[in-house]
Amino acid sequence: MKNENIIKINELNKWYGDFHALKNINLDIKEGEIIVVCGPSGSGKSTLIRCVNFLEKFQEGQILVDGTELTDDAQKIRKIRSEVSMVFQHFNLFPHLSIVDNLTLAPIWVHNETKQEAREKALKLMDRVGIKDQAEKYPNQLSGGQQQRVAIARSLCTNPKIMLFDEPTSALDPEMISEVLDVMVELAKEGITMICVTHEMGFARKVANRIIFMDDGQIVEENDPDNFFNNAESDRLKLFLNQILTH
Amino acid sequence: MPINERQATRKPPKSQIGAILWLKENLFSTWSNGLLTFLSLYVIFISVPPLLNWLIFNANFNFGTINIFGFNIKFSEVMATNSDCGRVGACWPFIYEKFDMFIYGFYPREELWRPNAVFALTALLFIAVRLTKNLKNKNQILVSLLVAYPIASYFLLLGGFGILPEVETYKLGGLMLTLIIAAVGIIISFPIGILLALGRQSELSTVRFFSVIYIEFIRAVPLITILFMASNVLPLFFDSGISMDKLLRALIAITLFQAAYMAEVVRGGLQAIPKGQYEAADAIGLSYFQKNILIVLPQALKISIPNIVGSSISLFKDTTLVLIIGLMDFLAVVTAATADKDWLGRHLEGYIFVAMVLWVMLYTMSRYSKKLELRFNTENKN
Repeated sequence: MKNENIIKINELNKWYGDFHALKNINLDIKEGEIIVVCGPSGSGKSTLIRCVNFLEKFQEGQILVDGTELTDDAQKIRKIRSEVSMVFQHFNLFPHLSIVDNLTLAPIWVHNETKQEAREKALKLMDRVGIKDQAEKYPNQLSGGQQQRVAIARSLCTNPKIMLFDEPTSALDPEMISEVLDVMVELAKEGITMICVTHEMGFARKVANRIIFMDDGQIVEENDPDNFFNNAESDRLKLFLNQILTH
Repeated sequence: MPINERQATRKPPKSQIGAILWLKENLFSTWSNGLLTFLSLYVIFISVPPLLNWLIFNANFNFGTINIFGFNIKFSEVMATNSDCGRVGACWPFIYEKFDMFIYGFYPREELWRPNAVFALTALLFIAVRLTKNLKNKNQILVSLLVAYPIASYFLLLGGFGILPEVETYKLGGLMLTLIIAAVGIIISFPIGILLALGRQSELSTVRFFSVIYIEFIRAVPLITILFMASNVLPLFFDSGISMDKLLRALIAITLFQAAYMAEVVRGGLQAIPKGQYEAADAIGLSYFQKNILIVLPQALKISIPNIVGSSISLFKDTTLVLIIGLMDFLAVVTAATADKDWLGRHLEGYIFVAMVLWVMLYTMSRYSKKLELRFNTENKN
């Protein structure tokens, strides 16, 4: 982990109509840091990370990604999106393209790589996430766990500096969660900056540098895993931990 | 625990299979359905035999001697005339005699090889699409064919440049004209419709506003009104010196009309694409056009195939309305053909012939759309 902040979020406020979804968020993330964001549903976790690659617009505040400020400027947004990739809860693979075409799309069209280069890199990445043999299949022919691993490979194809995970295991059958988490643990070891919205507390304890607890649109508490689980300060976090850890 | 003996496989009971069950389930399931079945049988009994008598058994097939692909087929000594046919059955020699008119309208008889060449080119185009399927540079070949085909067809049909004698557009007619209007209308309206559909979904409010206004205006007005406007009102806007070709005006009217319907069909497909697809395309950094061309439209158009074909079929049928602005399309030539003093009063044969040909073509189109659907249905939505 380097000492430079790769993401700086200052005084971020976001509304959906009248609903105040994010309240005064301040967050600095260092290069290579692994952040886990948790909290009850509707607390603004997904909204927060979706602001980082501008899938959600915000009304107040400032987000700097790798020194570039997020504004409406389409050029800047594309530049940031080429450095920040995202893994979705529902995978969002492109069903009309084969697996390998899903992976090579962004390298070819956004990063101007040749088909040959892109394909070679895609096959390597598919090998890394354990789906090497599925290159010519279509997304719906794979299981949920395999699809999510394809999605992770797709987001790695563009050599991103930052990866955003939006509840990557929530839509999976229980027996497929671990195969996805294993891939994420491997990634975490490689020094890529990661922000994960997840309820997988085992994963958080194992790899996170920092865990952020959000409730009602604000960051309530943030701490390293040890103190987060053992020395929770706020009542809301204690209640939350109590609810998710008793089973 | 006792072990059961192995059971033999046997057929289901007689009362549960076969024709009798089918009759019972489909025709006589209840009292009232049984009654309706008998009623329908009666209606068929009193209507079909006279129809067949008129169409075939009492009809006149005395075509004389016909030369088909070099073989002389002799139907009768001489071709029957109108009065030979009488009134008890159809007079099919009329169709044979006026066949060129049904197909080509008033196209100069000595130049008929030109429309035939266009028909042949069209067939070749379809074959080429099939043959190039597995070639490496098929996209370049297909694009150049698709650019060359309309230019070649235009040149063949209308001539000019001092090479082929010019043919005025009012001489085009019959099935050929119907096909030209339908093909031009369907093909050109397609990209315009896509742009309008995207415009209607655009984040730019002016673009959205004009798309909505255009689509809703056109959809609220019948085609016949638009054709009248194109034919009578449009010339008022131009100086009297410029006279626009009548066929061109009809083509523009039909294309603009169809574009609005195509836009709505495509919009239906666009709305069926999950939001996640847009987000994923955004998230990997695709631009607006890349997102639509690579991700959204391929999926949306695939969903829309049945509706695109449906809309095209209804345009095909609507093209018969051009007769009200004086173009001699397939339907209108029936009137022209029966105006011949030798063949007065043979409308019925003409209209039945036109109906049969249109039915065959449109039914083929709708079967083709079924095939397309199956071919593209390799993946489900996720």
